[in-house]
This record gives sequence, structure tokens and C-alpha cells, in this order.
Amino acid sequence: MNPVDIFIDIFLLLLMAAVAIAIVRSHLMFAVVMLSGIFSLLAAVLYVHLTAVDVAFTEAAVGAGVSTLLFLATLALTHVNVEEKHKPVRMVPLVIVVATGAMLIWGTLDMPHYGDPEAPANKHVAPRYIQDSPKETGLPNMVTSVLASYRGYDTLGEVVVIFTAGAGVLVILGRGRRRWRPGVKDEDGDNAEEERA
Amino acid sequence: MNRHSILRVVAKLMIPYILLFALYVQFHGDFGPGGGFQAGVIFAAAFILYALIFGIENGRKVMPAWVNRILLAGGVLLYSFVGVAGIFLGSEFLDYNVLGPTPVAGQHYGILLVELGVGLTVSSTMIAIFYVFAGQDI
Repeated sequence: MNPVDIFIDIFLLLLMAAVAIAIVRSHLMFAVVMLSGIFSLLAAVLYVHLTAVDVAFTEAAVGAGVSTLLFLATLALTHVNVEEKHKPVRMVPLVIVVATGAMLIWGTLDMPHYGDPEAPANKHVAPRYIQDSPKETGLPNMVTSVLASYRGYDTLGEVVVIFTAGAGVLVILGRGRRRWRPGVKDEDGDNAEEERA
Repeated sequence: MNRHSILRVVAKLMIPYILLFALYVQFHGDFGPGGGFQAGVIFAAAFILYALIFGIENGRKVMPAWVNRILLAGGVLLYSFVGVAGIFLGSEFLDYNVLGPTPVAGQHYGILLVELGVGLTVSSTMIAIFYVFAGQDI
């Protein structure tokens, strides 16, 4: 890796750390939501720099875009904007978190370097995808051919998960709150039949 | 939000381009970055922007809830039918090679349809969650 790349990585990671600390220290929920959007955007830039453009795309659209919006909608619904004041620092959770983090960092020391062609993850099926997928699927974008074709079964599972999430939200929140209780009258007398979602 | 004319004008200008970009990401995902997941979210963002600026009621007129629910399930069904079609054409579940005259053409059709299914489900999930959240009048 050349020094400029290393500098960009360190700069982005420092910015992300600064935003994370600002999130922890902020009292205003609105500011927290906005800062987490910025955090996602920085993560997206980092993914671009790691040449994972597809992941960066998703992070920017979902993390910085839609989820920020959903957080804002939740804030508007709950009318809670100010978090309670900081409690005094408790030592036991702090020690546990620091120890876990230190062990995780210690664990990464044994991992192969980023982009190492000799890494086990890059020796298994990756060479076959790189060599054969343009011939077998005719697609230049290997991410798409792996996602939709070679690992189509996994992607079907992911889509079902998303469908389940959407259906779950619709079932819990999407209808009139008293609609499915036969025999129970609304306070106003009408039975809240209109569609909510 | 009827008085914010700048917001309304800018949103009206941007929404067609957001939709166009989503379609580009959807159907160009085979060649460039992107695919069904990303395109679905961008597509949903256009509708959410419309509903934010012009009100949730007008948003529901553009994308009624029942249409959205059909698309929500339709995406998963499309994906599964592509998989089952592989079985009926004499191969295995989600084997696209048999869908076209040549294996490469079959892969093309299969990936295109599967990504379309992903895009439909993702976009209508996002729209549904936003409508539900924004439509709660507590």
C-alpha cells in the first residue's frame, strides 16, 4: 500500500472515531441521528477506498439515507428529543468493553493482511469465480454474478428476510390498532377500518 | 409543507432523475456497481422524498398501499418462480443455465429477473416501513 492510501484510511477512521465520540457525548437525539448519518457516509467513503463499490453504494443508500429518515420519523412520533443527562461512569462495564475490544484487536494481529492473495479466504472459491465467471455468466461485474447466480440461494434467503421485515412492520404497526379485535369497540365508536399503510 | 416552494420545485426536478438513476442501477448492475438491493433503496427514496415534501396522503395516491403490498410479495415470488422454472426446465432449483437457448443467455435472463425481484421487494419494503412510520398519528 502506498503512503497516500494509508493516510486516507487513517484520516477516515479518525473522522469516524470522532463522530462516534460525538454521538456518545451528545444529548440531542436529533444531533445523534444526523451524526449517525454522517458516520454511515464516512463508512461509505471508506468502502469506496477499499474498492468495495457495491457495499459503499448500499451503505450510502441504506445507512445514510433511509435509516436516518426512519430514525427521524421515529423521533417525530415519540416526541423525545433530549436524552437524560449523563450518568456517572460505571467501572465494571467500562472494563469489560475495553477488555473485549483489546482482545478483538489482538485477534486481528493473526489475520492475513488486507488483500493478501495467499489468505485462506482468497484461495478457496475466489480464484474460480475470477477465472470462470466471465465465461459462465457473461457478466463483467463478478459481484453480481456471485450474488445472483453462484450464491442465488443465499440471496433468495436475504430477500425473504427483507420481505419478513416489511411484513412484520406492516402486521405490527400497519393497520388500525384495534382492527383485529372482534367485539371491541373504538373509543370514538367507529372501528378504525381505514388503511394505515 | 405547502409554503416551501424551493423544496417543492427542487424535489419535483430531482424525483425523475432519482427514479431514472434507480432504473440505471437496477438494469446496469450486471456491468457496473449496483444491483437490486441498491436500486430498490434508491427507487424507494424517490417515493419517500415525494411523500415528505407533498405529504403522506399524496404519497399514498402515487403508490397505494395495496399496490405496494402486492409488489412486496411479488418480488419474492418472482425470485422463487425463477428458481422453480429451473426445475421445470429439467435442472435444479435456481439453475439459470436452462432458462435460455445457451447457458450464458440463460444466466443473463435469470440474473436479470432475480435482480428485478430483489429490487421490487426491497423498494416496497422501504416504502411500506416509511408509510407506516410516517402515517402513525399518535
